Amino acid sequence: MTQSTHLTRAILAGAAMIAGAGAVSADELNLYTSREPGLIEPLLAAFTEATGTTVNTVFLKDGMAERVAAEGEASPADVLMAVDVGNMVDLVEKGLTQPVESEVLAAAIPENLRDPGNQWFALSTRARVVYAARDLELQAITYEELADPKWKGRLCIRSGQHPYNTGLFSAYMAHHGAEATETWLQGVKANLARQAGGGDRDGARDILGGICDIAVANSYYVGRMVSGDGGDEQKAWGDAIKVILPTFEGGGTHVNISGAAVAKNAPNRDEAVALLEFLVSDEAQKIYAEANYEHPVKAGVPLDPIVAGFGNMTVDSVPLTEIVTYRKQASELVDKVGFDN
Amino acid sequence: MVSPDEPHAPAPPLAASPADGFRPSRFGGRVWIILCFAISGLVLLPVLALLWQAMRGSDGLWSHLAANVLPHAISQTVTLLAGVGVLVAVIGTGCAWLVTAYDFRGRRVLEWALLLPLSVPTYIVAYAYLDLLHPLGPVQGLVRAMLGYDSPREFRLPDIRSMTGAIILLSLVLYPYVYLPVRAMFMTQAANLVEVSRALGTTRGQVFRRVALPLARPAIAVGVSLALMETLNDIGASEFLGVRSLTISVYTTWVTRSDLPGAAQISLAMLVLVVALISFERWARRRQRYSTSAQRHRRFAPRRLRGGAGMIALGLGALPVVLGFLTPALFLATEAWRRFRFAGLSDSLIVEARNTFLLAAIATFAVLACGITVAYAARAFPRRGVLIAQRVATLGYAMPGTVLAIGILVVVAGLDRWIDSTAQRWFGVSTGLIFIGSGAALGYAYLARFLAISVGSVEAGFSRISQSYDHAARTLGKGVTGTLWQVHLPLSHGAIAAAGLLVFVDCMKELSATLLLRPLNFETLATHLYAEAARGTYEDAALAALAIVLVGLLPVMLLARVGRAADRT
Repeated sequence: MTQSTHLTRAILAGAAMIAGAGAVSADELNLYTSREPGLIEPLLAAFTEATGTTVNTVFLKDGMAERVAAEGEASPADVLMAVDVGNMVDLVEKGLTQPVESEVLAAAIPENLRDPGNQWFALSTRARVVYAARDLELQAITYEELADPKWKGRLCIRSGQHPYNTGLFSAYMAHHGAEATETWLQGVKANLARQAGGGDRDGARDILGGICDIAVANSYYVGRMVSGDGGDEQKAWGDAIKVILPTFEGGGTHVNISGAAVAKNAPNRDEAVALLEFLVSDEAQKIYAEANYEHPVKAGVPLDPIVAGFGNMTVDSVPLTEIVTYRKQASELVDKVGFDN
Repeated sequence: MVSPDEPHAPAPPLAASPADGFRPSRFGGRVWIILCFAISGLVLLPVLALLWQAMRGSDGLWSHLAANVLPHAISQTVTLLAGVGVLVAVIGTGCAWLVTAYDFRGRRVLEWALLLPLSVPTYIVAYAYLDLLHPLGPVQGLVRAMLGYDSPREFRLPDIRSMTGAIILLSLVLYPYVYLPVRAMFMTQAANLVEVSRALGTTRGQVFRRVALPLARPAIAVGVSLALMETLNDIGASEFLGVRSLTISVYTTWVTRSDLPGAAQISLAMLVLVVALISFERWARRRQRYSTSAQRHRRFAPRRLRGGAGMIALGLGALPVVLGFLTPALFLATEAWRRFRFAGLSDSLIVEARNTFLLAAIATFAVLACGITVAYAARAFPRRGVLIAQRVATLGYAMPGTVLAIGILVVVAGLDRWIDSTAQRWFGVSTGLIFIGSGAALGYAYLARFLAISVGSVEAGFSRISQSYDHAARTLGKGVTGTLWQVHLPLSHGAIAAAGLLVFVDCMKELSATLLLRPLNFETLATHLYAEAARGTYEDAALAALAIVLVGLLPVMLLARVGRAADRT
């Protein structure tokens, strides 16, 4: 009895969906994102206003690749959006994306910030920087110096297994090799003022709280704290720190990306490409800079004044695609030195 | 509860014949067995899907784990579980005894207020206390002001982000898993035995140690194992508090190293361990039976505590409520108020509260129905196959929710794709993803995950009903189904209501499967909270968190009413 009722219901639900899907699919676009919806909402609203295309979203934290893969050819996903280049490469390696040949995208995004096969495209970048207590005598620092014993008990950082950190550690590996990275990680670990953990903002908060003097964190959080977007409490955290752009010895500052790709089985491919192209337009890139405090990928779009105040940034020259190859090894090194323990 | 005028069966001995149960010769019997197998099959499918994932192999995972991860992760996990296990057992059993054996001013409020921490998810309690006890928070600020320090750089207290902090915080919100079944046990089961012991001149302390505690053992075991599985599944609070448990290793293996087969392997290894532990506990008390006559017990006559003694009792009983519920709830309310004054109540929050409530209510109904079916099939037909199926039905609770969700995803998406391709072949139309697209996948995920709670609680409720009732019903010509309706359900409605509460609250708090499996444009309070927290807009998050706590209060109130009504009959 119950079985057949279930079946009937499922059929009815299916029929309803068929009807629904047939009627409106032309003006719709389905977005799977692991970026927080609050951050991309202004961008999507602007896109809908410009094109009339409604964007349906689902915010997936982990397992976006697994979900798209499991859904296979029936997947409604058109655009896949994520942070961290490793996540973008993962999507490509699992065969979940399709190439997009677009002059608009090619013209707006520098070559090192998109997939050589045009499978993924960076839409914004962010730097892994050092927050320092405002009154600390410190003008410049290298990533290598984070392991200097003079910082013993003075450094805060989030879990070594977080993609932002494995990204940085992979870059270190690309510069110095595995052995040196292990020694360096041991040194950084020895300098920790508290166990590695929390979020990037906790670095600023714990500096104000007197737990540490410097912290490793992403650049855009400063904008969100200092601007008051995150509330008064966070403004106090942001005001307690200054930002120093660290560099690798003989290199530049480590940056990571937020990016997007068109799903392999995208039912609305044209709209998907239109969204990507919109996201690199001056209008959208300006939102990335002003609302999210990220670095736009498109040349000529100005930074937010808070971010510009960090000083001139030299981006490290090791290509993102090379950094990605060290990711697994870096994550294992984090375990090996007991970075998070 | 049985009404007083119902004929009483003679009090049976504390053991039953090995030939318990019905013979499934009649049609009704076979249906129960088939349903039981079907339900446990539903739970087993995602586990099998994970096994399939795990078999794809993961290069060098175990040598890496053995050398660099397991020593630390295992010691952290064992310490965490042992600490939480002891603490929830002590708080849960102690409070249950306090409000059952003693009467004092405020006891009736305390009876249900002790359940309130259930509505606070572990990740929220961790976040709230981290804020309250941070050097920048109000507590340390007050301490500094009293000691005359200006800045946290001059003086601060030890960090809450530690193993001890994690054990205490998790226990503060998980002890109701023990309190609930143990109190039910004390009320129905222990009452008459306790009265007899007291008539024989035993002191209250001895009664607790020698009668009530041993009798409550199955209830304590059930409660503690539920609390420990919640602990084992926790990622959010552990991450916040810096505990590197095995579950965090699973997560790292999957997310940071994109090694799903490896993550599945660790989870399945953990599953085997958990199942072994639970089997051991059951084996250790295999010779004991816990049923007595279900005849209407005399009300347990609690001892009246007056004056100072009453105040102390109230203070002790109120402590877990203050720490596990009032403090985080007041903190959230203050944070949410700031947000509310600034932006008002968003419409989406109301929609999300409705989604959360409906989804949890529907899922709870399904989980209860399936749980009763499985527990009853195992009682009526306690044959090896059925009993194994009953154990299998509880597997979903014993592995990390994030990983189980992947198993569910594989199963449901596979089914959806098959339906879609079949419809295209036969009718030339695409159905899309029916189960994922309609949210039915979420219901399935909650069923697979929380069935253990309802099977366990209902089974414990049934275990208090003597087999002689089944025999009597059979003699009177009742079938299997009729016996359930007229004997077991009425006699165990307290246990069923309790199971309903636990399941509802768990569904509402569930995050990992909900995030992964929900349809487009569909948010619940938990996913909203998560998104805001991920973005760092904690004040917005507080509003959603408060809403979770408030929606979670509804079933707690409801259960309290059911409990009172049962008391009065």
